[in-house]
Amino acid sequence: MAKLMPKRSLENVGLTVTGLCIALVALVVVTLIVMVAQQGLATFLQDGVDFWSFISGGNWIPEDGRFGALPLIVGSFSVTLLSTVFALPVALGSAIFVVEVAPGFGRRVFQPLVELLVGIPSVVYGVLGLSVVNAAMRAIFGEAAGTGAGILSGAIVLAVMILPTVTTLSIDALDAVPNEYREGSYALGCTRWQTVWHVVLKSALPSLMTAVILGMTRAFGETLAVQMVIGGVERSMPTGLLDPAATLTTALTSGLSNATTGSVQYHALWSLGLLLLAMSLVFIAVIHLIGKKGAKKRG
Amino acid sequence: MANRNLDAHVKRIGLQNKIATGILTCIVGFVLVLLAAIVVYILVQGAGKALSPGFLTNPSTDDVAPGILYQLFDSFYMLLITLVISVPISLGAAIFLVEYAPDNWITSAASTAIETLSSLPSIVVGMFGSLFFVVTLGWGISIIAGALALTMFNIPILVRTIQQALEDVPRSQHDAALAMGLTRWETTVNVMLPAAMPAIVTGIVISAGRVFGEAAALIFTSGSAAARLNFASTNLASPTNPFNIFRPAETLAVHIWKLKMEPTPGNDEIVWGTAAVLLVCVLLFNVLARVLGKFLARRLTAE
Repeated sequence: MAKLMPKRSLENVGLTVTGLCIALVALVVVTLIVMVAQQGLATFLQDGVDFWSFISGGNWIPEDGRFGALPLIVGSFSVTLLSTVFALPVALGSAIFVVEVAPGFGRRVFQPLVELLVGIPSVVYGVLGLSVVNAAMRAIFGEAAGTGAGILSGAIVLAVMILPTVTTLSIDALDAVPNEYREGSYALGCTRWQTVWHVVLKSALPSLMTAVILGMTRAFGETLAVQMVIGGVERSMPTGLLDPAATLTTALTSGLSNATTGSVQYHALWSLGLLLLAMSLVFIAVIHLIGKKGAKKRG
Repeated sequence: MANRNLDAHVKRIGLQNKIATGILTCIVGFVLVLLAAIVVYILVQGAGKALSPGFLTNPSTDDVAPGILYQLFDSFYMLLITLVISVPISLGAAIFLVEYAPDNWITSAASTAIETLSSLPSIVVGMFGSLFFVVTLGWGISIIAGALALTMFNIPILVRTIQQALEDVPRSQHDAALAMGLTRWETTVNVMLPAAMPAIVTGIVISAGRVFGEAAALIFTSGSAAARLNFASTNLASPTNPFNIFRPAETLAVHIWKLKMEPTPGNDEIVWGTAAVLLVCVLLFNVLARVLGKFLARRLTAE
């Protein structure tokens, strides 16, 4: 019996040490959420800014006490949606190619190369976008594009940045479709394209949607690359895709260094942070919802 | 009549199939060209500066040939500190989730917390760090504040890869160890970790590449002031001592950001040079991850 005791205490040590690690992580996340909420809500509770006018106001001029975050919200959503529209066909096409058309080349050569794109730092994409995409905008649209900075440029750079994420996750999604489905379809005389279109894509739909949403999460939170190519100093509503704009994240980067701790401006920036946090939680909730629905469908 | 219709139909779907395959091939070709164009463009733009004498060995304050020596050092030092903090925590958290986690609300709350952290924009993490580490804890703009912000950014990535690596170890090995009378802790340390080690190391190195290029979380935590370092300094508390974790630091990625935001003549060349160096480092991390993973797999699993 005496020999068993150390084993039990060993087990307890393991449980305690690893449990502490996870508790620490959870504690940090809770601290973060509480702190962001506290500072972000202070704008409304302490400084008396009206929540409704914060959300719907059309001018973001913090130094004049005008806190209308709508242009930023519109900016964030338009670059996110637009970049998803650009990236999705390419990512999905690549994923179909890798899984259905040429798995050998796709897995050994294409996928590792695409994953390299994930590693390229955000600032490098920004520098690249500034000198290539913005110049291209000027060349294509001439006067109308101004300096080339705008929502469209931001969306193009973001599309390249989320491409690897969406591609990799789509490959996993298509890969998870059981082979029997494909064989059944081929046995009925369907072509490869018919099989992909009617069988594979349909049954992979929930996971594909998850892939898209994770891509959008990344686009929504991306900061420095967007700031460099979108202009990022605008304060009023963008009127077109070629208009320079600002997003929630870019307003944070450009504003945080000038605001003093505790001021209304500072709290308003945290309110933007709170909006970003809330959006992340919404994205997570949607992913969970899709997962649950998919699980129910499969039985 | 019916036969003619069928023939036409077969012809049509055959054509559709060919067109679809053609389009898919074009898409893949486009992605490959895009990838090559991005990498080559950055390297070509930056190679001249990056290889010029003094660029890698001079401080950025040098009047004649400003370089990136301190930024290079700070990037690697920051990465080292980040990994020293984040790897043990992630390892512990992942082991708990795989091995010990009871199937209850505490576990699912912890997983949700990690998920939240992973989808959080890095600027929000930076903002939190700038208030909590820099102001509340009173560490000021410092390497340790930056490294902790990066740790928050890195933990979800690491926990997920380590968890995946542990789950990929064949269940039979795990069960056999338990059946021999080993505790779960002994099983983890002696059976699971060695078997999962190649995948874990690969994951750590790949995450290192991500951390290395991160800037948004650092601007307000470790700062963007060019450091002045004295490599001969032996006083750890001195702000010029390179190893002092309470001094401000500027990494390569932040350096690019700062130069781009404060454009002055001649800056562009330095930006491209730095971008090329940063890109090469990140690509090397990727190659290293694969090579190391393969090497360890051969050493540890006797295959």
